[in-house]
This record gives sequence, C-alpha cells and structure tokens, in this order.
Amino acid sequence: MRNWLTTTGDKGLRYCDHVGRSGIFLFHTLYRCPRPVKSFPLLLEQLYAVGVLSLSIIIVSSLFIGMVVGLQGYHTLSRFGATQQLGQLVALSVVRELGPVVTALLFAGRAGSALTAEIGLMKATDQLASMEMMGVDPLWRVVSPRFWAGVISMPVLAVLFSALAIWGGYLVGVKWLGVDPGSFWNNMQSSVDFRLDVVNGLIKSGVFGVVVTWIAVFQGYDCVPTAAGIARSTTRSVVYASLTVLGLDFILTTMMMGGW
Amino acid sequence: MQEHWVVIKNLSFHRAERPIFQGVDINIPRGKITAIMGPSGCGKTTLLRLIGGQLLPEKGEIRVDGHLIPSLSRKQLYRVRREMGFLFQTGALFTNLSVFENVAFPLREHTDLPESFIRDVVLMKLEAVGLRGARDLMPNELSGGMARRVALARAIALDPKLIMYDEPFTGLDPLALGVIVKLIKELNTALGLTSILVSHDVQETLSIADYVYVIAEGRVVGEGTPEAMLQDKSPWVTQFIRGLPDGVVPFHYPTATDYKKDLYL
Repeated sequence: MRNWLTTTGDKGLRYCDHVGRSGIFLFHTLYRCPRPVKSFPLLLEQLYAVGVLSLSIIIVSSLFIGMVVGLQGYHTLSRFGATQQLGQLVALSVVRELGPVVTALLFAGRAGSALTAEIGLMKATDQLASMEMMGVDPLWRVVSPRFWAGVISMPVLAVLFSALAIWGGYLVGVKWLGVDPGSFWNNMQSSVDFRLDVVNGLIKSGVFGVVVTWIAVFQGYDCVPTAAGIARSTTRSVVYASLTVLGLDFILTTMMMGGW
Repeated sequence: MQEHWVVIKNLSFHRAERPIFQGVDINIPRGKITAIMGPSGCGKTTLLRLIGGQLLPEKGEIRVDGHLIPSLSRKQLYRVRREMGFLFQTGALFTNLSVFENVAFPLREHTDLPESFIRDVVLMKLEAVGLRGARDLMPNELSGGMARRVALARAIALDPKLIMYDEPFTGLDPLALGVIVKLIKELNTALGLTSILVSHDVQETLSIADYVYVIAEGRVVGEGTPEAMLQDKSPWVTQFIRGLPDGVVPFHYPTATDYKKDLYL
C-alpha cells in the first residue's frame, strides 16, 4: 500500500514537472524575439517541410473521407427520402468536426513525429549543444521556426481538407448516386453558418495547431538523447498529441455549442 | 590584463547522488594549452560544460575573462559564448548543411557581413585545417578525422579567445591523429588562443600541453608541466600516466558481494 502510494506520488510529481517544463519551454520559444530578416527564410523552409510536404496525405485522405461520408449519408438519408439534404450533412460534419480533427491527427502523425525525431536526433548528436556553445539559441534557431510553421500550416491544411472533403462528397452524391446538384449546394449554403460553423472550425484547428506542434517540439527537445529515447519520444509525441486533440475537441465543441 | 583566462575556485558538482567535483581549483593561463586529464567518467566533459555555462555548479566560482559564468543572464551568457570555441568529441556538425555552410554558420548568425566577405573568411578557415577542397561535401561524406577538422574550422570561425577541445584524439587513425595534434598546437600559437584540452590520451596530450591537471574522484590529484608529470611520484599520477591496469584505481568496479558468493560456490 505504502509502496503504491510512493510510486503514484512519484509519478504525479514527475508529470507535474514535465508539464511545468513544457510550459516554460513554450514561454521561452515565444518570448525569443526573432530577428525578422534572419528568421523569415528559416520559417519558409519549415513551412515547406511541415506544411507543403503534408499536402499529399491531407489531399488523399480528405477526398476519401468526403466520399465515405457522402456514401454513408446518402444511404441513411435515402431511408427517410431526404437525400437532397446530403450537401448539408457532408458540409456540417466536415467543417465542424472532421476537418479540424482528422487534419490534426494526420498532422501529428506526418509532421509532428518528424519534428520530434529531427529535434531529438539533433540533441543526441550534440548539434543543439554546439549551437548553444556558439552563442546561438537553439530555441529561436531550431524550435521557434518549426513551432510557427506548425501553427500556421494547421488551419490552412484544415481548410483545404474541408474543401476537398466536400468535393469528395459531391463526387459520390451528385456524380455517382444522382443527387440533384442544385439542392446539394443550395441546402449546404442555407444551413452552414459562416460564424458558427466555418469560423468555429478554424478556431479549433488553430488551437490544435498550437497543441500538436508544441507537444512535438517539446518531446524532441526534452528527449533522452539515445536511440531508444528518441523512439519513445516520437511515439509519445503522436500519442499525446492525438489524445489531446480528441479531448480538446470535446471541450471546444461543448463551449461552442453552449453559445460561446 | 589578467594572467588567467579561466579561474575555477572550490567547484562542487553532483550528478544524481554521485559527486563529480568536490572542491576543485583550476587556473587556465592565457595563451597556453592547458590539458585536463583523467580516467573516463571522471567529469572532464562536465567541466567544459560548466565553463561554457551549460551546467550550473552547486558551489564555487567559475570565471571566464572576469565574467562570473553561473551568475550571468541568458543574454550575457550567449554574448560571452561568442568568445569561446568548443570542439565536440563527435564534431557535432549540422548534418543538413554542407561543410562550407557549417563553417559559415556562426558568421551568418552573429554578423551581418556581406556574402563575399563570409566566403573569404570561410575559405581561410577551411584552408587552415587543410579542407578547402572539401567545402561542398556534406557531413555524412566525411571521415571522422575530417569531420573533426571541419568542426575545428567552425569553432575558430569567429576568432574566439578561448577554445575547448573535448576528447579531440579519440577514435582517430594515426594519420588523422597527427594532423589534429599539429593543428591544435599551431592554432594556439598562430591565433594566440587560450586552449583547454580535455583528453585521456596521455602521449598526444603531453606532447603539446603547456600545463597539465590530472583529475580523479572529484579532485585535482596532480598538476604541473608535462615534464613534471612524468617525474611525479604520486600513485594516482603514476598509474594514469603510465597506464597501469591496477593501482589506486582498482581494476574491479566496486561491488558489495564476494566473488565466490556471487557465483553460488
């Protein structure tokens, strides 16, 4: 019993320590005032690595998810003779939920894990330490551009995801299953509210962008600098990010539905 | 102008229960090569990191060029570090940058020099280590000795006043070893650097050092010129310099259980 208490307490303390350190880490990353002229090329480079290279997975999965939602929706709606509502169903589920959440999950797997592994390996090979010894702060040279690239890319990718998923739903619903295109688009237009659906979806993906990238860069920076340590951190980065995204999604949705 | 570039007084440092340093005093004279020697795991690299401000001591003073390192703010510390060069054991080159860009890195970060000037400086530094022809190679195309020479060129890119070498001789073939030994000596004289050389390679170190400290079990167990060290009669220094397998440092890692009992005999 006592042993159990000690272990739990120890784990709890270590958890608090971890969270605290990640908070300080984020503060220092944001606090570093970047020199615009020198930081901008670094940011561009990371936007390419984090954002542009994630495009293929986002495009392919968004199309398929939109197509599946269209197909499932059509068969359910056809039971009630309401297939003309398909546009509304696809658009709302994608813009409100699937767009931000699935993008964040894919992003954590594609870009987050790469960020963690890259920073972790730089730490293991003393590259971060040698930067420090040269008087260059790795937080602004390495971490800051990667963090901002993630924060900027996520909403853009989510918007792209939603647009392509709706097009995927249109392909299946209208082109294949023969829903009337007029009612498909019309119903969508009349039921999707810009402020309540589109903007709220964007806010979600913005929050997810911060959280997923923060977890990824912190796990890399904080990893045990060995092969096994990097492997563990990379796994943790994806697992923590995915769970946090799903949990936060529930909280954010509750706040938004509650008329926030 | 003070005589010692780095002054360490009564330094104590622990790492997870294990004491690394207990009251160490070390003075690094200006313009000389000072070697810090000792068995692996005695905290030589830790000492360099303490001097560079990457670790904080529990007790004691570390002064570099008059600056009290542990009390500096982050900003001041980064400023002081521009005057230091640090050669890591692995080289620690940036793997995504070419040899040229690696050497240009500190210049680009700390100065706003025009590109033509940066190019000239980089080529001069690479020429000094004999690798001007390798400027377009990537770090993964270099041999261990070459990588260390590139790292050396990068360490001296900003013309530091102090340069620290962490085990520069480890894992090199005799040819590369000879080159590095020669470079360390030549750079020290030509650039008027103050060098701290951490190593456990006795022959090479004694051949170029001006002054030697031997560290073991958290204290300085011997110091003096290389000639004096060879004559030293203290058991620690004798065992270390001659490389005797057993002596004050036991061959066996300490254990509580008896050998026979451990084997269930």
